[in-house]
Amino acid sequence: MVVRLSAAIAAVCLLSSAAIAQGAKPTDPQIAHIAYTAGVIDIAAAKQALAKTGNKDVKAFAEDMVRDHEAVNKQALDLVKKLNVKPEDNDTSRTLSKNAADKLAELGKLKGAEFDKAYAANEVAYHKAVDSALETLLIPSANNAELKSLLQTGLKIFQGHEQHAEHVAASLK
Amino acid sequence: MLPRRYLPAVSALMLGAMSVSAHAATIQITMENLVISPAEASAKVGDTIEWGNKDILAHTATARNGDWDVTMPPKKTVTLVLKKAGTVEYYCRFHPNMKATLVVAP
Repeated sequence: MVVRLSAAIAAVCLLSSAAIAQGAKPTDPQIAHIAYTAGVIDIAAAKQALAKTGNKDVKAFAEDMVRDHEAVNKQALDLVKKLNVKPEDNDTSRTLSKNAADKLAELGKLKGAEFDKAYAANEVAYHKAVDSALETLLIPSANNAELKSLLQTGLKIFQGHEQHAEHVAASLK
Repeated sequence: MLPRRYLPAVSALMLGAMSVSAHAATIQITMENLVISPAEASAKVGDTIEWGNKDILAHTATARNGDWDVTMPPKKTVTLVLKKAGTVEYYCRFHPNMKATLVVAP
């Protein structure tokens, strides 16, 4: 429990501090990159879960994550193409990707119920961190109205994921 | 020869069928921003439910009692003709937070 909680806190801290460490608020091309990266990370985590889990709730949740995040990222790609914006790599995206790679390696070592619990706990923490970043930084910083609106839609979707993840995590205890 | 006492029953059945088709309505329910609205809708057996999915995500309308399970792709409308009376609670299998009730009168 302590490990899980500290992992959650670390995830939240890393995400927000990395974002804030840039000082100035992120630009639209950076926001698009961060949002897209966050989706790619969760899809990768879900695919790992689908390959490893034998639990039907975890499997259903992971399938939902792949379906939804791919749908949102497709919208994001369509939007940047339409707006002729080139997503721009940045420190927040890099930190997110690095942490996600570490997490995949860490979870990769676990098996069975241990994996399921760790995956569900991380999904709760990850969606909390992403939702908080969307709410406090990315949405307020977005200039383009369509980008802002897509981020707001994303926030509603990811808040649902957060609750769904909490439900799955609670069922595994 | 059909006994006479059956006739009222037969004609009642026919009338019943006619009145259903005469009054069958289409009830529209929207799924938008991961919310089903209205959260409670009333209908009659024979009515058509038209779920409009305005989201970029796929949703389902899944009856908890197993009566029906309708999948709706993003930005699509899907219909279902109600065949059974009763109060049906349903939800989206992909987003279990999305819940609603359909009251189906006979």
